[in-house]
Amino acid sequence: MEQVNFSRVGERMYHRVLENGLNVFVFPKPEFRKGYAFFATNYGGMDMRFCLDGEWRQTPAGVAHYLEHKMFDTKQGNALQELAANGASPNAFTSSAITGYYFESTEKFEENLRILLSFVSIPWFTQESVDKEQGIIGQEIGMIEDNPDWKVFMNLMAALYKSHPIRVSVAGSVESISRITADTLYACHKAFYDPANMVLCVAGNVDPEHICDVAREILPKEAGPIAVKDYGEKEPDRAAQSVVETAMEVSTPIFQLGYKGDVPEKGEGGLKQQLVGELAMEALVGNSSPLYAKLYREGLINQNFSYGYESYPGCSFLYAGGESRDPYAVRQAVADEAARIGREGIDAQLWERLKKGVYGAKVRSLNSFENLCVGQAQAFFAGFDFLRFADLFASVTKEDGEKLIENWVTGERTALSLVTPKRGKEA
Amino acid sequence: MSQVKRRELFPGVWLRAVHTNKFKSAYLSVTLMSPLDPETAGANALIPSVLRRGTAVHPDMESLSAALDGLYGGAIEPAVRKKGETQCVGFAASFLDDAYALEGEQILEPAAALLGEVLLKPYTQDGVFSPDYTAGEKANLLDRIRGQINDKRTYATHRLTQLMCGEEAFGVDKLGDEAHVEAITPASLWQRYQQLLREAAVEVYYCGSAQPDRVEAAMRSALAGLPVNGDRLDPDCEVRISAGPEPRVVEEAMDVTQGKLAMGFRTGGLTCWEEDYPALVLCNAIFGGTTLSKLFLNVREKLSLCYYASSVLEKMKGLVLVSSGIEFDKYQQARDEILAQLDNIRSGKIEDWELEGARRTVISGNLATLDDQARQEEFWLGQAAAGLDETAEELAARFEAVTREQVMEAARKLELDTIYFLKGKED
Repeated sequence: MEQVNFSRVGERMYHRVLENGLNVFVFPKPEFRKGYAFFATNYGGMDMRFCLDGEWRQTPAGVAHYLEHKMFDTKQGNALQELAANGASPNAFTSSAITGYYFESTEKFEENLRILLSFVSIPWFTQESVDKEQGIIGQEIGMIEDNPDWKVFMNLMAALYKSHPIRVSVAGSVESISRITADTLYACHKAFYDPANMVLCVAGNVDPEHICDVAREILPKEAGPIAVKDYGEKEPDRAAQSVVETAMEVSTPIFQLGYKGDVPEKGEGGLKQQLVGELAMEALVGNSSPLYAKLYREGLINQNFSYGYESYPGCSFLYAGGESRDPYAVRQAVADEAARIGREGIDAQLWERLKKGVYGAKVRSLNSFENLCVGQAQAFFAGFDFLRFADLFASVTKEDGEKLIENWVTGERTALSLVTPKRGKEA
Repeated sequence: MSQVKRRELFPGVWLRAVHTNKFKSAYLSVTLMSPLDPETAGANALIPSVLRRGTAVHPDMESLSAALDGLYGGAIEPAVRKKGETQCVGFAASFLDDAYALEGEQILEPAAALLGEVLLKPYTQDGVFSPDYTAGEKANLLDRIRGQINDKRTYATHRLTQLMCGEEAFGVDKLGDEAHVEAITPASLWQRYQQLLREAAVEVYYCGSAQPDRVEAAMRSALAGLPVNGDRLDPDCEVRISAGPEPRVVEEAMDVTQGKLAMGFRTGGLTCWEEDYPALVLCNAIFGGTTLSKLFLNVREKLSLCYYASSVLEKMKGLVLVSSGIEFDKYQQARDEILAQLDNIRSGKIEDWELEGARRTVISGNLATLDDQARQEEFWLGQAAAGLDETAEELAARFEAVTREQVMEAARKLELDTIYFLKGKED
């Protein structure tokens, strides 16, 4: 197996591409009792339109998530229960870009891994079982729609993007999921759950070769065709809408500011853009930036303020948000600060300190097997190795940060999403 | 592997040091433990946030953040927790472990010193807390208290606890209440701070690669400013054996799309101090503590009565709290079914896989604690508040011997005390 050392951060990664196209990554952790396995497909909520075997299909919003729910059904019953009966904590998630299934366990790791690989690769559902899930997922949609943090973020996506499918909720709507049938699910599984479109990442006290052997034994022997995805026309630089506001039962207004970024390159260019984006946000509004202290002092933001950079195939953006009595004032203050940085540049000492701080926080986050495995899976689909950040970090310059702020934090690329308290209407 | 030492730094000030090379970070926490009391809860909760604003040496957040960035992005976060009827306030800190510093520098000593400085050398004006910082953090705390309504799932359990334990210290929220927080002044807060430093039991935790002697020296030096008091308060917890003659039912209406049903049981005096405690833990796991539980599998999956249904155990207080999300018209049905599931446990309708699955999950969960610094810290703080010294491994071993009859016995002790139903407003 190929062995890659990331000595700066004390990690070793084993990698092999199996005969069926599956990429296996293993991080040996002899000192830990728990083991963690993450089995993911390069298929998420965004991938609604695709072409397989020469035929284009438009599937309903929410289908990747619906499929995730149904994958736990097996011929024998339910994989979730099988894993839980072994003391494993299994779960799954669907994001806009990927769907991942995982478990953590301190006992019977190999047995659990077999269960994981098996249920994710073998679809087993009937029209009845699919229909029954409508209620459960409908409830889940109801619950997230009641969540103001979710709402403010979804509204931001819809404001920033004109047509990119990132603007569509991963879970879909009660209406869209009503159009999902067993046939839709089988078609999507066939299109995207081929080993060649998937990755297995394992961390724990395990033998990397043995992990590969188990995967060879359980999964299909050969690679199949993989669907071609379509995210629609290229997005313009400008935000589709500058302000979007909705009222909910919250006590303080909640807001998210978004700044539309450039389409990330596949490969390490994308990683570089991510590091620059993260550091730029630290310099612009981060916890030790001058603007953060000022906004906090003026009571315009509180501890719930968070910020960052996110990217998906075909889009990237900066975001900052939380609770504020005056989100418009926050938007103005960020714009002013970006202009000041444009004139004066980022303070050189601040920049060096931020780099040290962000580096340390990133290394600390590697304690989590989940971070390590999910991070590597996402990075692999985006064309790089997750732990490469440790080496690339030194090459990010202050000028990179300044340029990104100058290009992205502009009026036309900005959108503000607000959730304001409902008034009156007492029971 | 790892080695755990407990030492008294000063009278009533204890250090628990875990020596291990497993992690990328060193975890440090200092916690002041005092009885939950409506008169002091709000002030106690406010103190860490005000302290975190600035010290005599680093008078504002900018300079504190800069100091933390210089220590590779270390984090010192205010922590306000509730363990039984003990309010635990202080700081949890995470720093890059010395092993990963880019230039081989020591991080533990300056990190411990900074933590001690934040706790003991606040920025003051006229001999008390700064009016600015006090007012700012008061507003934040009030927002948090008022914001508890935003997450309806947590809110329903919160209301249930308030209603159920209205006459007990456990009914006091860890954040205090609006009226008491409103009344806080910089001088009254200062007074409370001095009292807390003098009277609270102090628990210090470390987990990382440093030897216990080195940690002890660093923390002795960092906490040298604590007042000397041989008579610090011991944590305590009142346990009410049984519920009232009839369960109390409270309904409230809000603008929500999903109803929340919360049910509170008393455990008949069975708590973490009793010999039978492991049976109670398994009873809760079988009832609603895991994805294998009766509530999850039957009430949620099989009957589709709710989106989620789970139960948690308050081990010191002797409470089992059920939380579920339901459609408004399913109230009666869901309530009856939840009670029927408990009856099944009482009468021994427990499948082998249910019992063994619960056992493996609970044991696994306990052992996995050792692989996560924050979870380990949380575990040891709970033990400190309970006055227990048992390790997670020792506790895990006790679950092996629990029998079906013991689980049934524990279930028979549960008495329904209060039902809380959050429903929608009628238009």
